[in-house]
Amino acid sequence: MSDYSLSCPLPISDYPRVLMAHGGGGRLMHDLIHKMFAAAFGGQSETDSAVLPYAGQRLAFTTDSFVVKPLFFPGGDIGSLAVHGTVNDLAMSGATPRALSAGYILEEGLPMETLWRVVHSMAQAARQAGVSIVTGDTKVVERGKCDGLYINTAGVGFFEHSQDVTPAAIQPGDVILLSGDVGRHGMAIMASREGLEFESAIESDSAPVAAPVLELFRRGVEVHCLRDLTRGGIASALVELAVSSGREFSVDETRIAVRGDVRAACEILGFDPLYVANEGRFIAFVPETQSACALDILRSFEACSGAAVIGRAQEGGGRVLVRSAIGATRILDLLSGEQLPRIC
Amino acid sequence: MKWVDEFRTAESAQRAAAALGRITTREWRIMEICGGQTHAILRFGIDQLLPPGITLLHGPGCPVCVTPLEQIDKAIELARRPEVIFTSFGDMLRVPGSHEDLLSVKAAGGDVRIVYSPLEAVELARRHPGREVVFFAVGFETTAPANAMAAYRARELGLSNFSLLVSHVLVPPAIEAILSSPSCRIQGFLAAGHVCTVEGFEDYLPIAARHGAPIVITGFEPLDILQGIYLCVKQLEEGRAEVENQYARAVRPGGNPAARRLVREVFEIGPRKWRGIGEIPNSGLHLRESFAAFDAERKFSLAAGDVAESSQCISGLVLQGARKPHECAAFANLCTPEHPLGATMVSSEGACAAYYRYKRTHV
Repeated sequence: MSDYSLSCPLPISDYPRVLMAHGGGGRLMHDLIHKMFAAAFGGQSETDSAVLPYAGQRLAFTTDSFVVKPLFFPGGDIGSLAVHGTVNDLAMSGATPRALSAGYILEEGLPMETLWRVVHSMAQAARQAGVSIVTGDTKVVERGKCDGLYINTAGVGFFEHSQDVTPAAIQPGDVILLSGDVGRHGMAIMASREGLEFESAIESDSAPVAAPVLELFRRGVEVHCLRDLTRGGIASALVELAVSSGREFSVDETRIAVRGDVRAACEILGFDPLYVANEGRFIAFVPETQSACALDILRSFEACSGAAVIGRAQEGGGRVLVRSAIGATRILDLLSGEQLPRIC
Repeated sequence: MKWVDEFRTAESAQRAAAALGRITTREWRIMEICGGQTHAILRFGIDQLLPPGITLLHGPGCPVCVTPLEQIDKAIELARRPEVIFTSFGDMLRVPGSHEDLLSVKAAGGDVRIVYSPLEAVELARRHPGREVVFFAVGFETTAPANAMAAYRARELGLSNFSLLVSHVLVPPAIEAILSSPSCRIQGFLAAGHVCTVEGFEDYLPIAARHGAPIVITGFEPLDILQGIYLCVKQLEEGRAEVENQYARAVRPGGNPAARRLVREVFEIGPRKWRGIGEIPNSGLHLRESFAAFDAERKFSLAAGDVAESSQCISGLVLQGARKPHECAAFANLCTPEHPLGATMVSSEGACAAYYRYKRTHV
């Protein structure tokens, strides 16, 4: 009994209930994962997938849940998003995605036509990403209990190389590559969910990135670490990796591409695009000597045609320094939760 | 992006900073009133480009920060009622009241919704005739026209289930109050450009003259702010105390006449309490008698309860430019954005939150 405690490791007095911010990709979610889930279940995976020994090989295992509203948005839908998100989590550990599961939670009254569109899109996305959906589950909940449908997935993948892709592998001198412009998915969802209309619809960047990532390994690039830039955006990904690797990153903000329409939408709402979610973007840490080669490989794929060097890792610190547009330097930090539109 | 990119380049900022360095011969303390400017100064690191003699002090121009605790408590009391749909701009939801914030009320089942315009709240009231829709009408001169329009439109539609919980404040009386304080250390002001796009800048002329303090109407991009500081320092160096308009691409002397007419039709000027500062005469907007039916405080008979601010929080001194955020003993240990002791740590535009986010570890 001595190693079992009934007392909750999170300060319950501060947060007696779960808030939306606990899923927002910021500090509250970080605390929930580390102080409650990891504390109770053990294990401290610092990557998007767990890597398990299996029959003399390594197996990557991941899971993800999709609760996006609306179900269909410019540039994708919940079905394609579920495939891209899971495949990308596997790819970020350096694994080749093999098989996915699809668990559907359906709301009573959901039009069958809607469900079919999602299932069809999911199947198509899986074919494009070269994975099979091999098992699944179906549950129906009463009307009003979920927003039409939720999807849970699991994914497994195998490794075709022997490299260890982890924050601990990041070396001083490593160059940080970004696979394309940031902020599109979050702003596409925001605009369509809230009925905000801009001159043209902002399309999500949702895309599978396993192919370009695996090509890096195939061509012998020494990839030290990879991270996709989902909830919390590129800022949260950089901060998390700086903390877990214990390295200091310096990043040039002007090299982080943000499309004009995304930037305008962020300006209007008071959002920082560096914290806005992406679904087809990642950062990669590679030795400086290989960065030109890695960039050429990435840019040959449509999903990474805008790949660029944005900064580098150096000794010590566990923090991220950003050089701003006017040439001054500031510290990048995690937000506590999601960004909220500001008053003026 | 036009009108933004050209005001954000390294070359233009360095040039403006160099020009500022050339005219600065002694130490000057300048306050930027607006929280949006505080945020931009720290996000872009504008303070790092300034000549050593220039100190920027951060003013009370963050609507979230200065909304009094008792108004937040009233909002929370309303949001808890089952018949109420409580609507607000996003960043008010995280502000702690005496016991909890609006996000916690939402998590406990309260119907709290983020809207992007008060007119969305009016539309909600139209669509839900069986519910009471309340909009949290906070802000400076910038949000007043849209909030006035909401009351105006609700009356036009004959809605009886829509009301505003008003906590509106005005900038010129706050500048007057800060300058009138015997301990005032501020020598010049950057006034908030967006506030002046609505109200113009005629109200600032007598303040600058009376207190001998230059006031420069300033925009929000790095180059705007550097130019605003330059104009302010130039006046100080030359012994002038005038009102100048750096943000002429958006601000006219008389502001926006249509918006001002609407605001005056719906609201009247009266005293208003500022969190951390106290009551300032003629610094608030209140719904006129002809719009009393849309005043949530009167409609729901909300009385101000007893409120207790944290004894460790010095946000009042921070808001008046008397202290910098990191001079507070609670900064970044007892007081963080997750556990704010005072409102300046909550809002993204609050000076303490901006320092926490961008300057906690000095570079």
